Amino acid sequence: MFKLFEPNKIFKITSTAPKYVLFLFIIVLSIGLVEALVISPEDYKQSDAVRIMYVHVPAAWISLGIFSSITFFSICGFVFRNKNFFLISKSLASSGLVFNIVALVTGSIWGKPTWGTWWAWDARITSMLILALFYLMYLIVWRIYDKEEKVYKISTFVTILGIINVPIIKYSVDWWNTLHQPASINILSKSSIHSSMLYPLLLMTAAFALFSLLIFLMKYNTELIKIKNKGLDRL
Amino acid sequence: MYGRKVKLRFLFILVILITLIVTTFLILKSLRENVVYFQSPSEIKLLTEIDKSKIRIGGMVKKNSISINSNEVSFIISDFKNEINVTYSGALPNLFAEEKGVVAEGFLKDRNFFSATKILAKHDENYMPPEVKEALGEK
Repeated sequence: MFKLFEPNKIFKITSTAPKYVLFLFIIVLSIGLVEALVISPEDYKQSDAVRIMYVHVPAAWISLGIFSSITFFSICGFVFRNKNFFLISKSLASSGLVFNIVALVTGSIWGKPTWGTWWAWDARITSMLILALFYLMYLIVWRIYDKEEKVYKISTFVTILGIINVPIIKYSVDWWNTLHQPASINILSKSSIHSSMLYPLLLMTAAFALFSLLIFLMKYNTELIKIKNKGLDRL
Repeated sequence: MYGRKVKLRFLFILVILITLIVTTFLILKSLRENVVYFQSPSEIKLLTEIDKSKIRIGGMVKKNSISINSNEVSFIISDFKNEINVTYSGALPNLFAEEKGVVAEGFLKDRNFFSATKILAKHDENYMPPEVKEALGEK
């Protein structure tokens, strides 16, 4: 089943792919930024402050997506006793934390002119802060324990604790009264965001996803090199 | 297909997940009052006793209800069922307008009067360029 994960094969991919991903990332990011900052119209109510959304929303999406993936891979690693899954999780985590912080900071910058406050302890914002703390916990676990077995178990447990928070973040705006507005983009019903604003948003999401992929590949490559250097430690 | 150990480990994770979900659900349910950021005028009407501590009330600013005299602003927050009168003196956020969402932080005088110490504008989920808004308005 895990033939796919033969170290030599993946190593070939992870060592050559980053340059192509970087190239693609730069292209998509430049188109996305031009679309978001220049071409897309200003909002009828918040005028140019809407442009913060093109960074804020993709960053939040990506950080949620990465945490879900970390949990998935950690659980796979735990269930199938496969070290490789844990290394994938580890390599993914840091860009997730960065995007989580980006989402919090840009949200704060947007909140001041629109809401009138930098920070509000409402359900969406607080749960997003908790997610950042879980990311931190996860990354710290990898640093404080020397025994790998221990790291695998504790980091899996942290992700399982943290994953409960992900649906809470998603539905916090529907379940409770929050200062944060509900989702504008719905898969099942009509979105309440105009298409001229939706396309730059999706482009920026693609750009951020490519960036995460790039960081992931580079980090994962490093992990594989570490294993190669140890020589004894097989996947 | 998989070994017994693998199945057991999977079951273990599943049980942990279910336990955590149920626990979180129960905690959040019992803490509902603290999780909500603001209360609606209807919820205020249902209060049995008026709390002297700081609370937040949210809803829509009623049309034609804003009046500004000297340095005091007064308006009505409505949730289309009940209303509450708010007085406030201080700076208003840019997005504060009639028929838009608002959250007022302050103290209740009684069930109908609220004196705010801070006003926050609540943005809704609609994003569109001004031309589209005008076109919608004409309909």
